[in-house]
Amino acid sequence: MSDQLLYAMEAGLNGLMAGVMYSLVALGFVLIFKASGIFNYAQGVLALFAALTLVGFQQGQIPFAHLLNTIFGTDLDSFGWTLPAAVAILLTAAVMVLLAILIEKLVLQHLVNQAPIILFMATIGMAYFLEGLGDIMWGADIKTLDVGLPQGINETVESVTDRLFGYGFFIDNLDIVATVVAALLVVSLTLFSQYSKQGRALRAVADDHQAALSVGISLRFIWVLVWSIAGFVALVAGIMWGAKSGVQFSLSLIALKALPVLMLGGFTSIPGAIVGGLIIGMGEKLFEFYVGPLIGGATENWFAYVLALLFLVFRPQGLFGERIIERV
Amino acid sequence: MFYREAGDFKTSYASDSQTFPIRFDRWRYYAILAVAFGVVPFFINDYWANAVFVPFLIYAIAAIGLNILTGYCGQVSLGTGGFMAVGAYAVYKLMTAFPDVPILIHVLLAGGITAAVGVLFGLPSLRIKGFYLAVATLAAQFFLVWLFNKVPWFYNHSASGQISAPERAMFGVPVTGATATAPVKYLFCLAILFALAWLARNLTRGTLGRKWMAIRDMDIAAEIIGVNPLTTKLSAFAISSFYIGVAGALFFSVYLGAVEVGEAFGIQKSFLILFMIIIGGLGSIFGSFAGAAFLVLLPVLLKNLLVGQLGWATDLAAHVELMIVGALIVIFLIAEPHGLAQLWRLAKEKLRLWPFPH
Repeated sequence: MSDQLLYAMEAGLNGLMAGVMYSLVALGFVLIFKASGIFNYAQGVLALFAALTLVGFQQGQIPFAHLLNTIFGTDLDSFGWTLPAAVAILLTAAVMVLLAILIEKLVLQHLVNQAPIILFMATIGMAYFLEGLGDIMWGADIKTLDVGLPQGINETVESVTDRLFGYGFFIDNLDIVATVVAALLVVSLTLFSQYSKQGRALRAVADDHQAALSVGISLRFIWVLVWSIAGFVALVAGIMWGAKSGVQFSLSLIALKALPVLMLGGFTSIPGAIVGGLIIGMGEKLFEFYVGPLIGGATENWFAYVLALLFLVFRPQGLFGERIIERV
Repeated sequence: MFYREAGDFKTSYASDSQTFPIRFDRWRYYAILAVAFGVVPFFINDYWANAVFVPFLIYAIAAIGLNILTGYCGQVSLGTGGFMAVGAYAVYKLMTAFPDVPILIHVLLAGGITAAVGVLFGLPSLRIKGFYLAVATLAAQFFLVWLFNKVPWFYNHSASGQISAPERAMFGVPVTGATATAPVKYLFCLAILFALAWLARNLTRGTLGRKWMAIRDMDIAAEIIGVNPLTTKLSAFAISSFYIGVAGALFFSVYLGAVEVGEAFGIQKSFLILFMIIIGGLGSIFGSFAGAAFLVLLPVLLKNLLVGQLGWATDLAAHVELMIVGALIVIFLIAEPHGLAQLWRLAKEKLRLWPFPH
């Protein structure tokens, strides 16, 4: 095989792995959209907030240290302990559940029956609030997140491909872990929504709010549940992205990258989120590889959106989305 | 007491359908105009112009533009920053290519160019609706910013990749560049804003505006009663983009002077202007002004209070500002989804009965 093709294959494989990362964020969107019809812009910021909280717990930082120091003139910094990763992750998950309850109580409960666009705007407001809150709680400096995930080049893949093609592929261990985690997440979410009582209630709510209410399903409980799950997915995404590129503000922008993924896959389909992520991830890497050098590079910034835009013109509901039927 | 229609008899259709049917409102409007044009320019200094007045005027133009598209025609757009960038780069190319032409013509031409780009990116709106369209406009945002970063022709091959406004004049008075004075900048923006707001107000209550609103309220029903969705949606995109392009041109040439595209016209700018029209009120010209004023003044106030008075670090103050803006948006959506404009309407209703409500 020619070198060019091999490089393209490597780029494509890496793109697939990157696509899995997008899918992780897109999953959270789909869950909330299915259950409540809310297009949750705050999903990316949730991931950032989760990652910040996780690092904060691990390093024993005192929340709001900077703010307290400024107001009371104290000199607080950290509790002086470090927590093991597993404990910190559990604590962070608890914080995300608490956050879900607060979001339901303070925001969503008051916005029942509003137009979808209003709810969307409300989540943008929440995104801003959480971004500010996360920075004030834990400080805005770039942090490294280390929960013991393997990193660096995967030797096995390199040696196997070297023997097969005479060229060793560079695949990051972290990407492989992310792929496995994403697969596990999708399987467990599918099992949960198909076979557990709460999962069935969730699907009922997704199908028809009023019918679900009339058979005695608590809408508020379902919303808390679904936001908790989304918070948990955000935590997973935050760990993966944080381990990959550090915990920093740009983490919240991955939410924007997840949007074209959703548009390709359809807003209501969990498999769609995965497939969309893979297509976008591979597409943008290959496009950058073949076309990028001709037009100045850095095409990853916009390729996904333009691809989704062109795709939508031909199939407005996405690959797996439910057909949009409009009546007057 | 003075705020009511009693005794104000209408004798023609024109006076019956005027914008300010109540006499008090009319006089208040003239008074505000008189102060804005006749008094403020004599007292304005560089700080007030740069921190408050000029950004307010420019953001108000952009907010009116987005309000036409989102508030009146119902097409949510997240590409405002990208369209402002088109206006800025268009005016830059025109300013450097034709130095002797008055700046006003350049600004208007830049608006026209942006309108053409807006129509191009508005085409998918005929197939895509709602959220899908909002995300599709992100394509415009990211693609345009990337384009202005990557193609050297747009920034005249300057080494830094930035564009900076040369000195250009109107009637022999410099409006852009280092020598432009605060009153001139202020008056230039104010005059454009006044003309455009007047135009928008009259467009939105005429045939075109009614068509936009029909499409917003229900596009299929509107089509059935004979509103052409193609021309209606595209005209909303064109006119909205014209306003946003003019705002972008002014933002670059008059207000900032030098611009790095990703920083000045990034996705944050799109959201900022969207927030202005949400907080101000969707589908209201007054709301565009109110929202722009609110979001321009809030950071200035907070900064003065937290950094100036309490002596907090600037980054901490910036984060508190983020939280407050976010919380305010949520509170507004819960308490009054129709924004400041609706509060104003309610206040006027109350005023008409005051001081004898029964």
